[in-house]
Amino acid sequence: MNEIAEHHSGAHASRSTYWLVALILAIITLLEVAVFYIPFLRTVIAPILLVLSATKFALVAMFFMHLRYDRPILTAILSTGLVVAAAIILALMLLFGALRLMAPA
Amino acid sequence: MSTHATTFGVPHRKMAMWVFIGSECMFFGSLIATYLSYKGKSVVGPTPAEILNIPLTSVSTFVLLMSSLAMVLALDAVQRDDTRQAKIWIGGVIVLGGIFLAGQVYEFSHFYHEGLTLQQNLFGSTFFVLTGFHGAHVTVGVIWMATLLVMAFRGRLGPERSLDVEVAGLYWHFVDVVWIVIFTVVYLIQ
Repeated sequence: MNEIAEHHSGAHASRSTYWLVALILAIITLLEVAVFYIPFLRTVIAPILLVLSATKFALVAMFFMHLRYDRPILTAILSTGLVVAAAIILALMLLFGALRLMAPA
Repeated sequence: MSTHATTFGVPHRKMAMWVFIGSECMFFGSLIATYLSYKGKSVVGPTPAEILNIPLTSVSTFVLLMSSLAMVLALDAVQRDDTRQAKIWIGGVIVLGGIFLAGQVYEFSHFYHEGLTLQQNLFGSTFFVLTGFHGAHVTVGVIWMATLLVMAFRGRLGPERSLDVEVAGLYWHFVDVVWIVIFTVVYLIQ
């Protein structure tokens, strides 16, 4: 068995786990759309949707991209990209005063 | 070279794809930052609330999520040397990716007829650049999947080529997670 074949014999999620994760992703998407249409959640819609979105992101990264079963260095590479991206978003929004605009009156 | 692992014990191509994904996070982060920075600053319409079609985009989002499921099942089939299942699931990724792209083409043309263009206002500029780049990534992914499907039909997609499918899958899943963020930030948080 060559090196690559050995690498791929490592533990990955089972097919039933993949289906379960897909079901959870579909349910979360339904919840997101429901939250969008519920009027009394308007004031807290952003934090709720960001948490749901982050959950979906994490599920795809952990199970479909196999980060849960793979080498930690790969998680570190993705995390570095995400931290820099988050810093860019925050810095630009602060610079343009967009955070002030988004705050509830 | 591609069959050797790096000092981290990860094959070179897989490591390269992860580094690429890390850089893509920054790329899309910049586009999302630009969209958010100019949000609500358009002096003329149409505005997001007036024009965005949430039911259509929700279906597109569901389709893209299910394409990620098809992608992992394709990888699983290749690793098990089940060529028939691999063809089915890779074909599924192509079909679902195609449906997503068709939805985006419909959305873009609808917006154009409603008066939202790249030059119309800040929302139009940032929206089309962000979602357009994402759509271009999906298009590249669909072409990549089509090449894998051709390989499968030629009998050249056995377990020994599973790294090829895994690397393609990583790209596809990344395109999916980017859309998860775009769907929330652009469409749902208006």
